[in-house]
Amino acid sequence: MKSTRKYVALAFAGALTLAACGGSDGASTDSGMTELGAGEGAVNLVAWAGYVENGTTDPAVDWVSGFEKETGCKVNVKIGNTSDEMVELMQSGEYDAVSASGDATLRLIAGGDVAPVNTDLIPNYADVFDDLKNKLWNSKDGVAYGVPHGRGANVLVYNTEAGAAPDSIKAMFEADSPYAGKISVYDAPIYIADAAIYLMATQPDLGITNPYALDQTQFDASIKVLEAQKAIVSQYWSLYTDQQASLEAGSVTLGTSWQVIVNLATANGAKIAATKAKEGATGWSDTWMISSKAKNPNCAYMWLNHIISPQANAGVAEWFGEAPSNAKSCDLTADKNHCSTYHAGETDYWSDVWYWTTPTAECLDGRDVQCVPYTEWVNAWNKVRA
Amino acid sequence: MQISKRSQFSLRATTYGLLFLLYMPLLLIFILSFNTASSLTWPPRGFSTRWWSTFLDVESARAALISSTRLALIAMVNAIVLGSMLSFALQRFEFFGKNSLSFLAVLPIALPGIVTGVALRNTFVRFGLDLGFISVIAGHTTFCIVVVHNNVVARLRRISPNLREASADLGANSLQTFRLITWPLVRSSVFAGAILAFALSFDEVVVTTFTAGAGIQTLPQWILNNFSRPNVLPYVTVVATIVMVISLPIAWLAQRLADPPNEKLV
Amino acid sequence: MSLSTSSQIAKHKTQSINRFFASHPRLGLGTLLSGPILWLLVVYVGSLALLVVSAFFGLDEFTGKATTNLTIGNIEEVISESAYRLLVLRSIGIAGAATVICFMLALPVGFYISKLAKPWAKRGLVVAILLPLWAGYLVKAFALRAVFEPGSEFGDGGFLKNTIGWSPGFGYLSVIITLAYLWFPYMFLPIYSGFERLPESLIDASSDLGAGSIRTFFSVMMPMLVPSIAAGSIFTFSLSLGDYITVKIVGGKSQMIGNIIERTLLAPNQPLAAAFTLWPITIMVAYLFVMARLGAFKNL
Repeated sequence: MKSTRKYVALAFAGALTLAACGGSDGASTDSGMTELGAGEGAVNLVAWAGYVENGTTDPAVDWVSGFEKETGCKVNVKIGNTSDEMVELMQSGEYDAVSASGDATLRLIAGGDVAPVNTDLIPNYADVFDDLKNKLWNSKDGVAYGVPHGRGANVLVYNTEAGAAPDSIKAMFEADSPYAGKISVYDAPIYIADAAIYLMATQPDLGITNPYALDQTQFDASIKVLEAQKAIVSQYWSLYTDQQASLEAGSVTLGTSWQVIVNLATANGAKIAATKAKEGATGWSDTWMISSKAKNPNCAYMWLNHIISPQANAGVAEWFGEAPSNAKSCDLTADKNHCSTYHAGETDYWSDVWYWTTPTAECLDGRDVQCVPYTEWVNAWNKVRA
Repeated sequence: MQISKRSQFSLRATTYGLLFLLYMPLLLIFILSFNTASSLTWPPRGFSTRWWSTFLDVESARAALISSTRLALIAMVNAIVLGSMLSFALQRFEFFGKNSLSFLAVLPIALPGIVTGVALRNTFVRFGLDLGFISVIAGHTTFCIVVVHNNVVARLRRISPNLREASADLGANSLQTFRLITWPLVRSSVFAGAILAFALSFDEVVVTTFTAGAGIQTLPQWILNNFSRPNVLPYVTVVATIVMVISLPIAWLAQRLADPPNEKLV
Repeated sequence: MSLSTSSQIAKHKTQSINRFFASHPRLGLGTLLSGPILWLLVVYVGSLALLVVSAFFGLDEFTGKATTNLTIGNIEEVISESAYRLLVLRSIGIAGAATVICFMLALPVGFYISKLAKPWAKRGLVVAILLPLWAGYLVKAFALRAVFEPGSEFGDGGFLKNTIGWSPGFGYLSVIITLAYLWFPYMFLPIYSGFERLPESLIDASSDLGAGSIRTFFSVMMPMLVPSIAAGSIFTFSLSLGDYITVKIVGGKSQMIGNIIERTLLAPNQPLAAAFTLWPITIMVAYLFVMARLGAFKNL
């Protein structure tokens, strides 16, 4: 299994729509199931590593056993490595539910592989943060197709002794950055969006309104920024341990990071802090969805309700290192500061987070021009890195 | 051969110096398994036996260890069968395409794992075969064949054909000749090749990554997963140390089998 | 049926099978070859052929699946782009350098262990060199990361920085050293076996004829070792050339051909990834041909 995180990243980079671009406001119309029956005795899940923990990784990390005891639904999980694999697995019809990322959700909805979700049957849905509900990537025409699992932003991590705290993404890109030569960059094609965010702030003439909807001119400008950035970069990271170790050793003093890495490195004594760049940042958000061919729909609904229940959601959020989707989770995390560290309920904080979305030829911002599709992003990133 | 004391000394120094370099990182791994910090960074921050004492609770590590062992054993058996068959065919017979065949046997190990992995994955998916335990076994068998083949064919080359002829002259049929003459002579090379095949399969990452279906986790994948997912990292050093200690006698045995000191083969 | 008759029948059967194969040696060959051929030729080479073919497929942008619209666009892309060509050359350079380091060390060490070490120390030394193979490649790579960590004025460096005050940092040099470290046993083993196979009488004859030890080494032993060296280099070169994980761990911002293949495959753009694999396939097949010439296949 490759870097799970990386797959998650790639996955999020998948083919969907955009958070900030707004969701439909309509209340979720009831569709699919109308009432919940008795559990079928089992539920088969497709999930990212770390999302369904039953105590085998760490006996203290277990939000599955309790569910099994309570509902009588035995949880069978198949860990998916890529969004692609997840879509394939869901198409087989063998699974009841999936933790789908930004790209998979659109394909699953369009392909009819997942069913609308009647949120009335999921009592805990009421406690989910409103700015995660009925977004373009988890609903269609105002009908919910799943429940939001959690979210995270790609933060700017910096060494607190290396100078004044940076607040701008410019420190990542400009040759006169005080951190030049000790900069750590996330090694994935989707990072091109970070360059686009930088251009949104510094070259408004380019007219970029969405970092995932770049026409050829905007895209080329972003790539130029990344080519120039190479000179001041010391590390492109794809394994989180790589960046964590460099932060601890001080060989990296600025980078794009995840809050969980920042926490782990700080616990090991690294003198670092993290912030979100004032120009905005990229980030991710996942959705649990139910198969349209689910053999165990009742257990699947129970699982969806369970995974966003305050207790389980708190467990996942802490273990995986992201903001929980359930507002009530915040009282139940082992680390009482978890929600404030991860800005769980701060609507303002998330307002300028551009959730990872796969760029498509049809511009996501609705412009009537050709945008550069994701496969071209991958090729361009390959050339930047080659 | 006369070698000056000085050259002898420098050769010895090179050898032991190299051994020191080979083992220094392994020693680091061992030391870091007692680190209080959760990262693989030097210097360690403090002494703790936490990772060792709680290791047995990590069920996923044990499951991965078992899964890897099972996989390596099956791939090894497949490799023994196919590798030996190939060796006997190549050594006994002259036939058209013989050279290309020995070229072919080397190919899976000579081509980068990512090529082998991608090629097999592509084929399995195209023919609608599920990626799972079976597909990983297929991948591992492919590159393990050559190891057994190399060992066995090298031994066969050193066995004089006169032995077989003598056996036949004395009235033994070919099965008896195999059982009483050939097998005892090649046995150790088959075992030595098998142990190498096991080792190769046990530590393989790349082919596994591309041929394993969801839900299959070998030990190297578990380790890579640990590098990619926060929270359980220090157990990696514990596992690595345990595997090294377990494999010491196996490596010793492999070496003993590989060079049969007292067997006169020619 | 009594037990003895059934065993007699079995024996009779064995004899007739024996006789049959004795009179039809080709059939024996066929039986022996069927398994390996089926596997290597049909499954493996078949897969490789399919992979090469799939490099000519197009891509459905939305589903990320290969289509059967034939195109040479992928091949063009991987050959014409100078950034890729440079990357391929650099990967060859890295793999070559790692191979040379392994060779330079395996030669004296193999010689010492085979010809000079005390008999009782011999096996211990060989096992000692092979044992690290069991330690796990990923863990060793991360251990070397802790060795090479350059640190800075803001934090501690790794093992080297702490002990000798210098470190190569993370880059091509550390990648080469790490690959050489990881694959050294694969070079050592054939070279050691090569030394073991050298007849003592030949060496004695050389010195009897007045050749000094240096001359004996280079004029008598080295030529006979060429196949072993070639065999060892196949392992070190190919294992290094295809590596993409080591470079992630100790490479800093460097990159090898394997990284591009992996990233393209996950994009997912299977046809373009297949086109990229043509580089290592071509390089390794060419390399194998040269090494076969040097007799490597007799000494793997």
